[in-house]
Amino acid sequence: MAIYIIRRFLWMVPVLLMVTVIVFGATKLVPGGPFSTEGRPMSPEIRANFEARYHLDEPTWKQYIRYMVGDIVDTGNIRDFGRNGLLGFDLGPSYKYRGRTINNVLFDGGVVKAAVSVSAQLGTLAVLIAVGIGIPLGIISALKQNTFIDYVAMFFAMLGVSIPNFVVGLMFILAMLWLNQHDLPALPLARWGTKNFGDWLSHMILPAITLGTGGTALIARLTRASMLEVIRQDYIRTARAKGLRDRAVIVGHALKNSLIPVTTVLGPLMAAWLTGSFIIETIFSVPGIGRFFVSSISDRDYTLIMGTILVYAVLLVFMNILVDISYAFLDPRIRLED
Amino acid sequence: MVSRERATPLRPVEFDITRPPESLWRDAWRRLLRNRAAVVSGIFAIIVVVAVIFADDGLIAWAFNRPARPLLAPYGFKEVDFDNTRASPSLQRAAEGGFPHLMGTDKFGRDVFSRIIYGGRISIAIGVFGSLVIMIFGLAYGSISGYLGGRADALMMRFVDIMYAFPTLLFIILLMVILGSTAGFAAIRNMVLGIGLVSWMGMARLVRGQFLSLREKEFVEAARMIGARDVTIITRHLLPNSLGPIIVAVTLGIPNLIMFEATLSFIGLGVPPPFPSWGQMLNEGWRAIRADPHLIFFPALMLSLVMMAFNFLGDGLRDALDPQMRGTM
Repeated sequence: MAIYIIRRFLWMVPVLLMVTVIVFGATKLVPGGPFSTEGRPMSPEIRANFEARYHLDEPTWKQYIRYMVGDIVDTGNIRDFGRNGLLGFDLGPSYKYRGRTINNVLFDGGVVKAAVSVSAQLGTLAVLIAVGIGIPLGIISALKQNTFIDYVAMFFAMLGVSIPNFVVGLMFILAMLWLNQHDLPALPLARWGTKNFGDWLSHMILPAITLGTGGTALIARLTRASMLEVIRQDYIRTARAKGLRDRAVIVGHALKNSLIPVTTVLGPLMAAWLTGSFIIETIFSVPGIGRFFVSSISDRDYTLIMGTILVYAVLLVFMNILVDISYAFLDPRIRLED
Repeated sequence: MVSRERATPLRPVEFDITRPPESLWRDAWRRLLRNRAAVVSGIFAIIVVVAVIFADDGLIAWAFNRPARPLLAPYGFKEVDFDNTRASPSLQRAAEGGFPHLMGTDKFGRDVFSRIIYGGRISIAIGVFGSLVIMIFGLAYGSISGYLGGRADALMMRFVDIMYAFPTLLFIILLMVILGSTAGFAAIRNMVLGIGLVSWMGMARLVRGQFLSLREKEFVEAARMIGARDVTIITRHLLPNSLGPIIVAVTLGIPNLIMFEATLSFIGLGVPPPFPSWGQMLNEGWRAIRADPHLIFFPALMLSLVMMAFNFLGDGLRDALDPQMRGTM
């Protein structure tokens, strides 16, 4: 088991390395540089100066190495290894927000709390909603199969899976606007609440529900399906025949096994949340990473683009590893075969 | 068992064999037709596709080298009408006996209903061509990996795992920015390529799983014994037998593709205006959501309906082709 976990973590390294290579290459392929999209044309001397300062005139592979390990290329002093580069957790200077570094833009933030923590809060809440509502709903539907509650739950689950989550968000906004028009109490729509917990919750709840809807529906359907399959197994029948109460049977035997397909799907689901969060953040004006990413592309802010993608990629790989580990935890066949 | 003399002598019973032999496909088709949700969704999908193709007489116009005139769509997608901007949906005739603006107009006076039909073109095109690209990449990769098995398979699947680590939407966005935003076919081609490049892994895994299990069956062994080459075995035996889950996966993948396109257009990286796209219309509608909610309501409705239709259809196909999984995911 420990070997399995270590192996999984070791795989993180080449994967992330490949991601950095591909993204770096991709940003270099983007037509137009960070200094050519400005309205005012720059004189060639100034541009040459900028490019020399940000080392944009060097060959690409050198720029990549510089990005990764920092200024060792210049100083040649081994003690400078990693101090300014990716390996030292320095994501480089921002081209758009001159004078600020990416770490500052993403992680420090300023007036509002850091962008990353905002997106993280949103994502975590969405995960909690999806798992906390989806799994129990699925279990209840499975245990009371073909009753009214089953049909109702599955109908909403079907809707939740098919309707794209930003449509759900837009419907929420429409509903809130209508409530505002008729002077009924409604939840605030834009900005972010930092005053107290109640404020934070009222700002957070709508985006989080919107982001979590698709996941909840998917998890509910999946849990129900696998639960249905598991209950029909022989070992459950044996447990019941032995005289165990239903609750003991479900919790002790059926639950663990029916959660296996759910954990399998959690990986790609979390990826979907990460990416779905942009639109939700844009719609609800939540100051998270998503907005930065979109604007950084049109501003050709290379380092911000790379920084955002890297943050996302690290998160994704990490969560996939967690999912894998919990998967091995739930299903002993997995850890034995690897 | 007591044996006794029969009271009456046995007569040969005549069976009436008039039903034709059942094939998997006919059986599945019959099961599909019994699923009302799937049938309704299928009809809806067909209506949408027909409406979208015949929105204007483009093909005929191209043949006769004249500009296209609207056919099923009441107005052109960029036909502006500045006397009638931001009109609410109504059933009354518009000015000068024009077709009523069933879904209202936008801020330039363009008819929303027509724009939705034209916008459907983009979505359906992405769905169709994106599925094609995914099938090409996924089938090729998965069939080779599944057929080879062993170490080659493990290696190829490692690469797939690496690809899975990519945040796909981000990558597509990056790709779209690199390839630039051009008009017309080029934009669709770029989007299709981009989406296909990051979504083929699911299909590859599916095909590989199918092949790994089918490989051990006797008919493959028999084919090998009579000297069939690997390519032949793959194309003539393994692929046709894997067709069921492939069809289901493709149908269920179409809503994802449509979602991708809508998301890309929403952030402005899709087909550039004035050609409409549902995601783009959602963007415009969202900006005007307080004043003109009809601008966002109809694109959102259409998007949801089409995605739901393909989801129900895919579910129905899955139930039809593999009845053991009925009632489950």
